Amino acid sequence: MARAISTRRKIGMTALAWVVGLLIFFPILWTILTSFKSELDAISIPPKFLFFDWTTENYVAIQEQRNYFAFLMNSIYLALGSTFVGLCFAIPAAWAMAFSPTRRTKDVLLWMLSTKMMPAVGALVPVTILFRNFGLLDTRFGLIMILFLINLPIIVWMLYTYFKEIPVDILEAARMDGANLRKELTQVLAPMAIPGIASTILLNVILAWNEAFWTLLLTTTDAAPLSAFIASFSSPQGNFYAKLSAASTLAIAPILIIGWFSQKQLVRGLTFGAVK
Amino acid sequence: MATTQTKSVARLMMTPSVIVLFIWMIVPLFLTLYFSTLRYGFYNPETPFVGFENYTYFLTDPRFLSAFQNTLLLVFGVLCITIIGGILIALLLDQEVFGQTIVRLLVIAPFFVMPTVAALVWKNMMMNPVYGVIGQMLNAVGIGSVDWLTNLPLTSIIIIVAWQWLPFSVLILLTALQSLSQDQKEAAEMDGAGALSIFFYITLPHMKRAITVVILIQTIFLLSVYAEIAVTTGGGEASSNLPFLIASIISLEGDVGTASAGGIVAVIVANIVAFLLIRVVGKNLEG
Repeated sequence: MARAISTRRKIGMTALAWVVGLLIFFPILWTILTSFKSELDAISIPPKFLFFDWTTENYVAIQEQRNYFAFLMNSIYLALGSTFVGLCFAIPAAWAMAFSPTRRTKDVLLWMLSTKMMPAVGALVPVTILFRNFGLLDTRFGLIMILFLINLPIIVWMLYTYFKEIPVDILEAARMDGANLRKELTQVLAPMAIPGIASTILLNVILAWNEAFWTLLLTTTDAAPLSAFIASFSSPQGNFYAKLSAASTLAIAPILIIGWFSQKQLVRGLTFGAVK
Repeated sequence: MATTQTKSVARLMMTPSVIVLFIWMIVPLFLTLYFSTLRYGFYNPETPFVGFENYTYFLTDPRFLSAFQNTLLLVFGVLCITIIGGILIALLLDQEVFGQTIVRLLVIAPFFVMPTVAALVWKNMMMNPVYGVIGQMLNAVGIGSVDWLTNLPLTSIIIIVAWQWLPFSVLILLTALQSLSQDQKEAAEMDGAGALSIFFYITLPHMKRAITVVILIQTIFLLSVYAEIAVTTGGGEASSNLPFLIASIISLEGDVGTASAGGIVAVIVANIVAFLLIRVVGKNLEG
């Protein structure tokens, strides 16, 4: 009897969970479906759910807009560039804080995080003016620097929480066994540090890819990433729903997939290990 | 292990990050403060010192009051939806259900959608009064569609932003829930505790820390919402928040002085909110 109730309960819960899941996912599902419709089907009343003539013409049309590739390349450059620069700064810092902590290490970490408390708009005016004066507006270099700076505190923290978990004993044991510095780094430490570094790269790529405040305000065309390209569809004459959907699908697909794969690490990264 | 040598190496390794972050914090703040005391526009060559004039001008601008209210309403509204909704959905996903992994992927998906895409999808395909799915459904059941973004701009933006942040809250609350030991719950059940009292006396206190983290992190990001407003309503008294108002003062009016004063006001507001948050909820983070 108890078993029957629990099975019924499980089925009920399953139904409820799927309804909630599909409701939350619906806007994304709808965008993907719309991207395969003709413009006419996209605005049909009542809406066509699955029974329409599936077409890939929107994707072709988006590709043919030659500058789409320029935006895509900008997104890739900005995400990878800011991640690379960020790691160059953050790995040594996090490493030092995790392995040679001093009494002030925690203060330094908290101070770094506090720079995130400063709202972006507080820095907007001087950054805009400096960018104007130095000719950095709408350049990839300028934007990479901004994205690097806004994400640096987060990736230092994230790396720190990962490095902190590497047991120092292992390093000492290796030293006892006569490992030299090169061996120590490549054979003992790197294998344990790499998973943390990989998760950090993913998080930074996601944050940089989706960043919208600075990219909308500091770029127009040359350095504008997909996020800004999509925003240009908001003008009233640009309401091509199917093409907007195709462009949106292409812009969110890579990050959605990366995000799905790295959800566990993201919890750690975004909460600095405070929630387990 | 920490010899004097490794200590100085460590200091050397930290220096670049500390220096760039210090510059990133102090230079914009200093320049914003400085510009806020000048009558400085892109289109006039002279920049005389005017003291607090920009502040008076900004604070007495009726757009400031509405932007200030909208900023707080947006943060508060989104937090309410994502915390309450997040707890309920996390409880649901903590149950044993068929296809758990897939449901979980569906629920967290919106977090990875870039803000401009999220805003446009909702604006055009969900909330549009003619073609939007919500409108058509409401029409079908005879309630009649609403022109969301025209008539309820702030509510609409709150819905869009909450949709984006709900997954974050679910993900973190669920992680916390799963670390709750079953023994404790079973023991309570043995003692005859009902589902509700288990929730309020065991589950909720266990999630306190996670809820705190969600509130702190979301508040930092929600104070800076920009793209969703830029793409959906393009501002206006009913939906501009502080970041949007200040960004439009500089980009449309080229008024550096007033925008700087606004920037300082925004920094102060953010710090007051952060201070209150840490006082009120930050205690939970200890221990």
